[in-house]
Amino acid sequence: MQKKMAYSFPDEVLEQVFSFIQSDKDRNAVSLVCKSWDEIERWCRRKVFIGNCYAVSPRMVIRRFPEVRSIKLKGKPHFADFNLVPDGWGGYVLPWIAEMAGAYPWLEEIRLKRMVVTDESLELIAKSFKNFKVLVLFSCEGFSTDGLAAIAASCKNLRELDLRESEVDDLSGHWLAHFPETCTSLVSLNISCLRSDEVSFSALERLVGRCPNLRSLRLNRAVTLDKIANILRRAPQLVDFGTGYYAAELQPDVFSNLAGAFSSCKELKSLSGLTSLNLSYATIQSPDLIKLVSHCPRLQRLLVLDYVEDSGLEELASSCKDLQELREFPCDPFGAEPNVSLTEQGLVAVSLGCPKLRSVLYFCRRMSNAALVTIAQNRPNLTRFRLCIIEPKTPDYLTLEPLDVGFGAIVEHCKDLRRLSLSGLLTDHVFEYSGTYGKKLEMLSVAFAGDSDLGLHHVLSGCESLRKLEIRDCPFGDKALLANAAKLETMRSLWMSSCAVSFGACKLLGQKMPKLNVEVIDETEPPDSRPESCPVDKLYIYRSVAGPRFDMPPFVWTMGEAVRILH
Amino acid sequence: MSKPIEHDYIGLSEQQLPSMEKSSDKKDGLHLKDTELRLGLPGSESPEREDHDQNVLSLKSFVSGAKRGFSDALDGGGNWVFSGGSGGGTEGLFSPRRGGKNNGGKDLSGSDSGSVLKDGAARKPSVVQEKKPQVAATSSHGNGNIAPASKAQVVGWPPIRSFRKNTMASHPPKNDDGDGNAEAKLGSGCLYVKVSMDGAPYLRKVDLKIYGSYKELSSALEKMFSCFTIGQCGSHGVSGGDGLSESRLIDLLHGSEYVLTYEDKDGDWMLVGDVPWEMFTDSCKRLRIMKSTEAIGLVTRKCLLPNK
Repeated sequence: MQKKMAYSFPDEVLEQVFSFIQSDKDRNAVSLVCKSWDEIERWCRRKVFIGNCYAVSPRMVIRRFPEVRSIKLKGKPHFADFNLVPDGWGGYVLPWIAEMAGAYPWLEEIRLKRMVVTDESLELIAKSFKNFKVLVLFSCEGFSTDGLAAIAASCKNLRELDLRESEVDDLSGHWLAHFPETCTSLVSLNISCLRSDEVSFSALERLVGRCPNLRSLRLNRAVTLDKIANILRRAPQLVDFGTGYYAAELQPDVFSNLAGAFSSCKELKSLSGLTSLNLSYATIQSPDLIKLVSHCPRLQRLLVLDYVEDSGLEELASSCKDLQELREFPCDPFGAEPNVSLTEQGLVAVSLGCPKLRSVLYFCRRMSNAALVTIAQNRPNLTRFRLCIIEPKTPDYLTLEPLDVGFGAIVEHCKDLRRLSLSGLLTDHVFEYSGTYGKKLEMLSVAFAGDSDLGLHHVLSGCESLRKLEIRDCPFGDKALLANAAKLETMRSLWMSSCAVSFGACKLLGQKMPKLNVEVIDETEPPDSRPESCPVDKLYIYRSVAGPRFDMPPFVWTMGEAVRILH
Repeated sequence: MSKPIEHDYIGLSEQQLPSMEKSSDKKDGLHLKDTELRLGLPGSESPEREDHDQNVLSLKSFVSGAKRGFSDALDGGGNWVFSGGSGGGTEGLFSPRRGGKNNGGKDLSGSDSGSVLKDGAARKPSVVQEKKPQVAATSSHGNGNIAPASKAQVVGWPPIRSFRKNTMASHPPKNDDGDGNAEAKLGSGCLYVKVSMDGAPYLRKVDLKIYGSYKELSSALEKMFSCFTIGQCGSHGVSGGDGLSESRLIDLLHGSEYVLTYEDKDGDWMLVGDVPWEMFTDSCKRLRIMKSTEAIGLVTRKCLLPNK
């Protein structure tokens, strides 16, 4: 009798309950409870995130989740951002769009990262999804403004068009004019990546003027200061504004100019309301930066160039107590000598002064264990710590020792650390520390570090939460990789380039681990033209339920069954 | 089952060590590195090698205790240890072919690369010419033979998005110090331009700053696109060594089948090679390897500018 009551709980109610569960992890957990929950859940899952577009096929996704409205896909490995993944490697979105065009006519949102998007894909999106609302192309490439014109023209309810950091073939600024006069739905527009100096400015003005809900606007360098003022006047409701690289051309009087331009926006207010500031393309010198920053006490996120210098960061530390994220980039990364006075001291100051600091990306030319230990002890709440000491293998500048102890302190004290990028002179010890303490570490980036396979072994065997591991120019070879092969199935992906993994080991891994795609990438010659003991140039291993892919270029080989190498 | 494997690994390393001792050729850093399980930058100190020994020994002890899921899955010992049976001596073991195709074994591309290590002088141009792997490998091997005025740039380092790099390259920082440093900085950085080839299924990108001359660029492009001219590389192409591909490699500057063209700042398509190299890199926005038959209408800058 009681059993019957439990089963008579209506599906609709469960569905309603599930609709409050948004996180993927929780949804996945729900679907594991029992078959009926799995069944109900899959029919009401509206958002899908696929961290590796080759881990699963579009058909599989569609089969399991028939009513998706929002999809997020990632393509190339992270190191593609630094040109380590040759062009043509893959990450094409067209097969996904083609399948979804038929299966998800009510798809509303597509978010892509590091994928190859063609005009054909964009045209297909424009044609297929009548209620399309959000298109985010983050660090994508392969399309032109013609494709954008198709999106603009057809998507009547477009809310968000965000092309951040994508490479767009800028054929003409007129694509903006393709937004019909009836389009008033835009909430967010980011075209900062467009390189052209021609933008149909009048079309842009009209578009901005007729979208009362426009909250976020990021323009490119074609829009000069006077034009910005015009735009801002038409969109006083903006809360987020970016000017692309325009700021690089500003003269020293930049602060007052910016303030003047912003003052017409009552929601941007003076700068005092700003929580996020991206000056990472602005070559403003330190004194102006300091002034700017001191007027933004509510700043939570700052992206800045090393022009900010230690003095600017000290000012930041004293003015911006809400700061959560700092990203600092070098303006001249290839210069042998630093042209600005930014050292580890700046980062130490921020870590001491900003109690909410969680996320750091910092480029500098020198570091010490002492500084790292100080940072670690003061900011145990760090969740992302990415440090790039520009010269590979740079030791502690005070003691000339490796920086193992410093990074060790980071992993030890920052118990919630999820992402870590290492640099400087590092031995296997730093990996031992990482494996011992980095239990929540999900993503680790390593370059020019370590002494032996022991290092890799520590990480693979110790970091329980590891999902993504990317390694370049480290002396890691077959032993650690093969000994921890099973671990690879628990991770999203592993990238190793310029390491010491032999072709034979790759083949073996590919043969023994059918749930992994083991891709060997070599642009100069096929790996089987050399002895099996020779190391491969680049190796990308990822788990997949879709099996090997078939859209590979000639310089990528998937290791497969015993006899043949799939290509 | 795992013990014999471990032993083989140890044996492997021990095999390597004596050859490292023997090799007194410190000048040719690459040779030393050939036999080590390590890739290091210039200045990798010997003390690290001693650590290596210790690490090898401790490796033995931890492997026996470590999760053996994988070794259990292996069938009977040792077929996955690639010790030097085929390699012809220890040099073959971990020799990165990108640095030296000189190990007795397979030497594929015949002519040029084969002589690379033997002739130290020849090494320098190949560093600059070859695209990515070569540059990275050579830098990481710290070959002392290379002593250009500026350091060879390591590909993808520091890890800055090309988007950001290209942006900063086209907007050099304005220095107030007034001693003209801004111009000097223009020379640094990198400049990625797209390269398309008529008939090829996808684009490539090259960093023009890596090359110092048209010849280097042309050579690099030939290598990059040679697989298209051979026809699909469906053969998992032995890409060299049989002479066939060499004859198919196009001399892009002087050959007849294709011409190399570029789009300049003004949007005009020009033939590559007419202007000084520096001027070319400053104005080149993208490259296109065009079929000669299509390039008939193309002008050279000489024709455009009067009195040039």
